[in-house]
Parts: sequence; structure tokens; C-alpha cells
Amino acid sequence: MRSILAAVRLALRAILRSKLRASLTVLGILIGVAAVVVVVALGTGVRNRIGGEISSLGANLIYIWPQATQVSGAKGSAKDSGRLTEADGMALGKEATSIALVAPFSSTSMQVVAGDKNWATSVMGVTRSYWEVRAFEFSKGQSWTEADEQLKTKVIVLGDTVRENLFGSGDGIGEYVRIGKYPFRVIAVLAKKGQSPFGEDQDDRILMPMGSFRSRILPTAPGRVQQLMASATDTLTVDRAVGQIEQILRQRHHIGPDEEPDFVIRTQAEFRKSQEQIFDTLQALLASVAAVSLLVGGIGVMNIMLVSVTERTREIGIRMAIGAGEADIMVQFLVEAVTLSVLGGVVGLAFGVAIIAVLSRALEWSMELPLQAVVAAVGTSGAIGIVFGFFPARRAARLDPIDALRHE
Amino acid sequence: MAGAGADDGADDLIQLEEVTKVYATEAVTVRALRRIDLCIPRGEFVAIVGQSGSGKSTMMNILGCLDRPTSGRYVLDGIDVGTRSNDARAIVRNRLIGFVFQGFNLLPRTTALENVELPLVYRGIPAAQRHRQAEAALEAVSLADRMHHTPNQLSGGQQQRVAIARALVTSPPLLLADEPTGNLDTRTSYEVLELLQRLNRSGITIVLVTHEHDIAACATRVITMRDGLVKTDQYNRPAVDAAAALAELPRPDEEAAPEAPAS
Repeated sequence: MRSILAAVRLALRAILRSKLRASLTVLGILIGVAAVVVVVALGTGVRNRIGGEISSLGANLIYIWPQATQVSGAKGSAKDSGRLTEADGMALGKEATSIALVAPFSSTSMQVVAGDKNWATSVMGVTRSYWEVRAFEFSKGQSWTEADEQLKTKVIVLGDTVRENLFGSGDGIGEYVRIGKYPFRVIAVLAKKGQSPFGEDQDDRILMPMGSFRSRILPTAPGRVQQLMASATDTLTVDRAVGQIEQILRQRHHIGPDEEPDFVIRTQAEFRKSQEQIFDTLQALLASVAAVSLLVGGIGVMNIMLVSVTERTREIGIRMAIGAGEADIMVQFLVEAVTLSVLGGVVGLAFGVAIIAVLSRALEWSMELPLQAVVAAVGTSGAIGIVFGFFPARRAARLDPIDALRHE
Repeated sequence: MAGAGADDGADDLIQLEEVTKVYATEAVTVRALRRIDLCIPRGEFVAIVGQSGSGKSTMMNILGCLDRPTSGRYVLDGIDVGTRSNDARAIVRNRLIGFVFQGFNLLPRTTALENVELPLVYRGIPAAQRHRQAEAALEAVSLADRMHHTPNQLSGGQQQRVAIARALVTSPPLLLADEPTGNLDTRTSYEVLELLQRLNRSGITIVLVTHEHDIAACATRVITMRDGLVKTDQYNRPAVDAAAALAELPRPDEEAAPEAPAS
């Protein structure tokens, strides 16, 4: 152990003797390790973020959209051909055993006015089950009642972004907001939720009973909705719930098993998968850059160690004459190679950590650098030193002492 | 061709029996040593002289366990070292032989003390003890005040004395000196020789290779080589006393003054 420490000290002295050369040599390893560390942290950041966003949608969420069927080769727009109704939603809630709740949903973009302020936002018609399906909570006030839904009352619930833009620091409860032709009374404000995985601000919305929306904001055929949201009874029953929805809706819409359905079903897991796929690709790309960089770095270390062995042939000869065995010389140069590349690895690690700090601040992602990744990064650079330092060290150890002593 | 000192005593430090060394290249075969028989008892100061190509360097390499004889036996301090592996010969070099070279062969950018410690490092001796031994060896060659100087801060004579301290620090029975005065002026040469003679008197066996007869005259026994054979082998009676020779030299001029003569 002590002899290894002495060898490290010797190696450090040899490295410090040519600082510029050493720093250029370890650049590859430095970049490689920094890249690995950043990639790992980015990975955790992305996973945290996607996980957080997806669960902010609500647990076990399933979306159902109408889909235009092809009529003589021309696809109509989704809204025209949409045949999804509140009755469909109720049927799903009643018949599908794996579905806990169904919430109908329609929305449109509107300019809304309160006093001298106005704001462009999404106005949505929903039912009370929406709160649970999408996991919304109230920071002020409470939901409308069944009577409000029946009577198509002009009441609204504000997202926090809308509240802030219309009422500043006030909560706006009891105030009136004009949407289109009618004034609506604010009865509640939603708790802040942040961005959805689709990049939309989930707090920038105004919600009202479905009936009110259909009769006063966006007149449509009776019972028609733009979207249905359902939540499965459990994470494990999501797939079964999708099957049940498919079956029930085909039956209700009179679509045969071989025909193209007039609706689309998407689950949270699919969103997650498609998002993760993008980041996995990105991560693989960065990882391969890191791998190439580490390889190049390793070759750099080997190159410089070969140069070092040639330069110090006479020193090797002297050491051999004085009684250094092959193993002593081998260890000396191997330790030098490992020290060099571990130095590069440690500096790379520091750079990586700095980059992570900057990135996590800029992106507002919570990134972690697991201890294993740190150990692996330093370990990898050490391993590179051993692998690429082996050949030069062996060459040094196998020198003939007489030739080495004669070397100028 | 038995050497003058060959009395078959068990106290021979070096025994060479029919040692040959052949260098074979594609074009030529060089017979550097041809069946050499030689015994060197402990305590001798032997000079090996000869012109270049006489085989004296090859002899030196074999005596120093840096090279293996093509055939024949080499027994050093009772150990048949001719057939040992590279690592075993490294250990032999470390334990039994101290080397002094023409070009000093000190590690550059390394202090005198560290240079002298080096053989002890390969012996696995702890740092504190290494320090003590190396300091003692440097004191023995009157360089205690230059311990922390690097070779480029030392004169040629001082560097050679560091090299001698390095050779002595392990207290080996044999000191091999390959043209130790080759890079030194006459005065410094005699200073080094005086040091070697003093060491020899304290018991260490010295084998010195040189092509200068003035230098060889300081040894107790001179072996002349030619064409890979021992040509003559005789004792100097008496050997030239280097200290006396030094005293007869003209006074050193001012530039040489900083180098303290070995006392």
C-alpha cells in the first residue's frame, strides 16, 4: 500500500513536470466523464419530470377523442365527425368494470374580461367528476353542485394563472367574469399545478358546468363532447379498461370489429412511453459521444505513455541496474497512466457537476447525480488508465537494461 | 589461463568458468568473450583494461548481471547467477552489486538524497530508514551539504560521488565501476579514485573498467583484455596511491575551488 502511494507521488511528479502535455492528454477522458455524468443526471431529471407531469394529469388517466372516419377517401376534421357524447361517457362509467370515473370535456379559446382586465384563456365545460379524474384541488372555494349542472348556472372555477391575470393578488371569489355575452360568477380557484407533459400551463383555464358551456359558450348538438376522460380503477387495470372502452364504444357507435373506429384511446403510459423514447434516443446519442470520447482519451493516454517510456528509457535502465524488477517498472508506468486518467476523470466530474448545476437551474429540472454514477465515472477513468497504460508499461518493463542504459 | 588470484578459495567473490558471450546478428557473429576463466577474491581492487572491442564492456555487463553469458558459469557470492531469470537478477543487482557509470546515470530533477535512496526503495525499506541510510552514504562521500541538490546543480565530481553513494547505500559486497573517471578531469578523477581506494580498504571488492592505464595503476590487480580473451593478469605492487597522486597535482585554479576535495 505504501509503495503504491509512493508510486502515485512519483507519478504526480512526472505528470506535473509537463502540465500542458498532461492536460491535453486527459482532455478526451475529461470530456467523456463530464458527458457521462451529465447524461446520467439528465436521465434522472427527465424521468423525474415526466413522472411528475404525467402524474399531475391524474392517476391512471385514459383519454378518448373522436376520430374522423374516412368517407370516400377524405378525412373530415375531428370536430365535425365527433360523435362522442355525454351519454357515451355515462355508459362507460356504468358498464366498464375497470373504470372508476368518466369526465366529459369540451373547450374553446376565449377572451375573458373582469373589470378593466382581460385575458385570453381556455374555457372548458366539464362535470364534477373532472376534478377527481384530473386530480385538481381547490385552493379557494368549492365545486359547483349537481343542481348547477342541471340548471346550467353561470358559475366558473378559475385556474390560478387566470385568477392572477384578472384579479392580481385577490382571490376573485364572488366576482364576475364576462365570457362572450354572459357574466359568470367565480365560485372557486384551483390549486396550482404547473406544466403538463404537453407543455401546456394547467393553471391557465376557466372551468364551468358542461351544460352552461354548451348552451352559452360553444353551442353544439345536445350531449356532444369533444373529449372523454376516464380513470381506471388501478394502474394494473388500465389495459383492461382500454379494452372495455373500445368494446363498449364500438357497440354504441355500431362499428364492426373490422372497421376503423371513430374514436381514439390514449393512456398515460403511452404518453410516458413516447416522451421517454425521445429522451432515450437523446441519451443514447450523448452516451455514444461520451464512449467515443473516452476511447479517444484512452488512446491519448496510451500515446503519451509510449512517448514517456521512450523519453525515460535511460531512467528505466538506471532503475533496472539498481535493482528494479520488471514488476516495479510495470507498476511505476501503470500507476502513472492510471493517475493521469483518474486526474482527468476527477476534473471531468467537476465539470460535469458544474454543467448539471447550470442546466438544472436553466431548465428548472430537479436532477440527481447518483453516487454510483460518480464512482463509475472515476472507476471508468481508472480502468481506462489500466487498459491503455498496460501496453506502454509492459514495453517499459521489457526493456533490456543494457540497451536502456545506452539510450541517449 | 588461470588468473593470478585464482587459489580456488571459497572466499572468491566472483568466479567465471569458461564464460563465452556471442552476439549473433544476421550478417555477423561476434564472439565478445571466449572461454574466460577468472576468480576475484573478496577485498580486491581489480581494473579491467582493454581497447574498445576487447570485450571489457561485455565482461562488465555479465559481471553486473545485466547480461547473461552464452555459455559457462558465473558464480557471484556463492550464487550461480548466469542462469537466473530477469527478476532474480534484478534482485541480485540490488543486493550484491553497486554500479558506478561513466555518465553518472543519476535520475535528473531528483535530489541527491532521493537518488541515493532509490536502491533501498526497490528493497522495500521504509522511508525513515531509507533517509537515514542515504544520509549516511552521502556523508561517507563528503556530500552531506549537497543532499537536496539535483544533479544539474552538482559538478561532475560531485555527481559521481552521489553515484558512488548510491552504489554503497545497500552495502553490497561488489562495486562495479564502468569508466567512472571517463567524464572527469585529472584532478577530479584522482579524487574519485582516492574515494574508491578508501572504500576498498574498508572491505568492498571493486571491479573497475577503464581504458586509461593511469587509472588502472591505482588498482591492486590489472586484467588486460584483447579480442575477448584475458591477455595479462597481474598485481600492481604497489598500487599507485591516489591521495599521493592528488597531492602531486598542481594546485586547482579558482573555478575548481568550490568543489571540496574528499578528505
